[in-house]
Amino acid sequence: MATQTAAERQSFTKNLGRLYGLYTGGFLGFIVLLAVLEQVGVPNRVLGYLFVFFTLAVYGIIGVAMRTAQVSEYYVAGRVVPAFYNGMATGADWMSAASFVGMAGSLFLLGYDGLAWVLGWTGGFVLVSILVGPYLRKFGAYTVPDFMAFRYGGNFARFLAVVVLVCCSFTYVTAQIYGTGIIASRFLGMQFEIAVFAGLVGILLCAMLGGMKAVTWTQIAQYIVLIVAYLVPIVILSTKRYGVPLPEFTYGFAIQEITAREQELIRSGLATLCTAANCGPTTLKPHIQPFMNYTPLNFFGIIFCMMVGTASLPHILMRYFTTPSVREARVSVGWSLLFIFLLYFSAPAYAAFSKLEVYTNIIGRDITQLRPWLFTWGELGLIKVCGKDAINLDAAIAACKAIANHPGVLRFQDFSINTDVIVLSTPEIAGLPYVISGLVAAGGLAAALSTADGLLLAIANALSHDIYYKMLDPNAPTVRRLTVARVLLFFVAIASAALAATRPSDILAMVGWAFSLAMAGNFPALVLGIWWKRTTTTAAILGMAAGWGICLFYLVTTRYFPQMGITYFGMTSLLNPETSKPLVDIAAIMKDPQWMNQWPALATNPLANRVGWFDLNNINCGLLGMPLGFFVMWVVSLMGKPPSAEMQALVDEIRKPRGKTVLEEKA
Amino acid sequence: MQKSSDEIHWKRTTNLMLAHLFIWFFFGYIIHMFVNVLNQFTIPILKFPLGFYMAAQGSLIVFVVMLFVFAKQQDNIDRQHGVAEDD
Repeated sequence: MATQTAAERQSFTKNLGRLYGLYTGGFLGFIVLLAVLEQVGVPNRVLGYLFVFFTLAVYGIIGVAMRTAQVSEYYVAGRVVPAFYNGMATGADWMSAASFVGMAGSLFLLGYDGLAWVLGWTGGFVLVSILVGPYLRKFGAYTVPDFMAFRYGGNFARFLAVVVLVCCSFTYVTAQIYGTGIIASRFLGMQFEIAVFAGLVGILLCAMLGGMKAVTWTQIAQYIVLIVAYLVPIVILSTKRYGVPLPEFTYGFAIQEITAREQELIRSGLATLCTAANCGPTTLKPHIQPFMNYTPLNFFGIIFCMMVGTASLPHILMRYFTTPSVREARVSVGWSLLFIFLLYFSAPAYAAFSKLEVYTNIIGRDITQLRPWLFTWGELGLIKVCGKDAINLDAAIAACKAIANHPGVLRFQDFSINTDVIVLSTPEIAGLPYVISGLVAAGGLAAALSTADGLLLAIANALSHDIYYKMLDPNAPTVRRLTVARVLLFFVAIASAALAATRPSDILAMVGWAFSLAMAGNFPALVLGIWWKRTTTTAAILGMAAGWGICLFYLVTTRYFPQMGITYFGMTSLLNPETSKPLVDIAAIMKDPQWMNQWPALATNPLANRVGWFDLNNINCGLLGMPLGFFVMWVVSLMGKPPSAEMQALVDEIRKPRGKTVLEEKA
Repeated sequence: MQKSSDEIHWKRTTNLMLAHLFIWFFFGYIIHMFVNVLNQFTIPILKFPLGFYMAAQGSLIVFVVMLFVFAKQQDNIDRQHGVAEDD
């Protein structure tokens, strides 16, 4: 804060270092303790529970200890978070259950094409730093809609920004709570609904009393757990296999072996290569071969939408409101990406090691010699052998015997694996004790909870600060503002947990959609608001509505009303990237009333997600929305009168780090 | 006088932004368009195909380094024009 002297800040930072150093040491000691307990015969189930409840308790204690009665601490952590620590908190805020559990699996399945996600979910921070983040810090907002309202003339823009924010964050937070349920139910054998409820309690303990202040300090603790949990299994695996504890460098050998093994499988007839004539789910796509799963347009589209989406998502941007200065906000983006990079550049190693295991020890082996780790996941329905869940060896052998002319050796097309298994099964593949599996579960939970905290705050803050305080009751005293903020947080959390408990089928896809929606709705207005003084209020409102509207339209139509898209909007089938043939035969399906009369289309409808314009996947709808938003803002701005001289002077103020924040909140 | 210094400050800030945007675009997109060409080269010792490596690690390292360099450069510009915050 302005009142904090340099010396005070220094001792504060030093203290933080000591505290989190102690915490990390304590956590490592706890892992060792559990390892010892495992050796003396404590059952796995108990170890798993200890892991999860101990870490949840620590987050809860931090959350409660950091409770606050000050508005600026509740909304922006008092703006005292040093760059380095804010980087860690952003890392935890950013890396969700999808990054922790799903990313390596996608890379396993998609090979090179999966790297679109790795690139897309890292490069966006460059845009955050050079185009948006530090300027919003100087502006001094509590929320992203705060900026929109100020720059674009009041509550209409504010309301629109809140709608965009809630629309992209609510499904995202639901996916995180769903993720906690999945992880806890798989590892601890808890019932899914109870696991969701436990996750909800964890989130509320962290966020409700202390708002951004509490969430910041718990996210740092969660980052430490998640990164240790992610790195330990593959570091050990790499050391065992190649003698070097740097999996990020040794997996080059694994890739070389995979490529050799792929050719061997094809030569010996155990796999069929995906070619322009024949390519589908049962054909082998070489790991390093690009553009077999995505066309180049969709590959680069995903990179672009995820990157620009990063720079538009409110729960990320608001993390940079908490640093003591604009300078630290910039440095903090660097730290954020460094901490995120540690996980993302390790994910391809997970994928490569797992693939090597599958290609050498499963495919091409006699069915009677299947590795025992398979069956743990087969029981949960996550691994199939010969089309049936691999519950145990006998079931797998029976399933393969049922296939005519089966050679008795497992072929490529006989094996299928759910992508979530890749990270979760690595400790077992490496032959590590159960304590490491428990650690991975705790890491996955930390990833899901920390992201959920950030998103929940973004939504609840927009509702309490922007809708309630700024629009409904501008004279509310501090106590009432904070009470309203907490009550809203509670209800948003309950609502998303209730939705998660119903296991909505599209929830994971919606996380990807959130990026495109945020990009189409927010990015042009944010960037032009800072970089082009001529942008007018009318233009920004029309541009936001148009960009976000077309993106939402494309998503909803292609997913839920594809028949309407085909009939009225000239949509056609997407193409297979390798064969360039349509994914669905639209003419044939149009004759089938079972599919054509299904409103809205279910996920099983062959048309759902498989139609569109320009062969564009619906996840890339930001590619339609963002350019439209920019274009509308440009044209409409030039048609109207330039913004007032005062507004232009204020934009100048945002561009200079020195001086007070533009927006001064009442204390 | 004051005004023109501010204008130069913003001009230099804009140029820095464009320079970094170009590097971002190059390592985020252009280089990956040549993945098949790059894959014909293998990184010595580590054995990665170069095209794969750039998407899995190379570009990411560039992004991280870029952000720290950018923070430093922008801070220098701010200081030279007297608009940086007090330390």
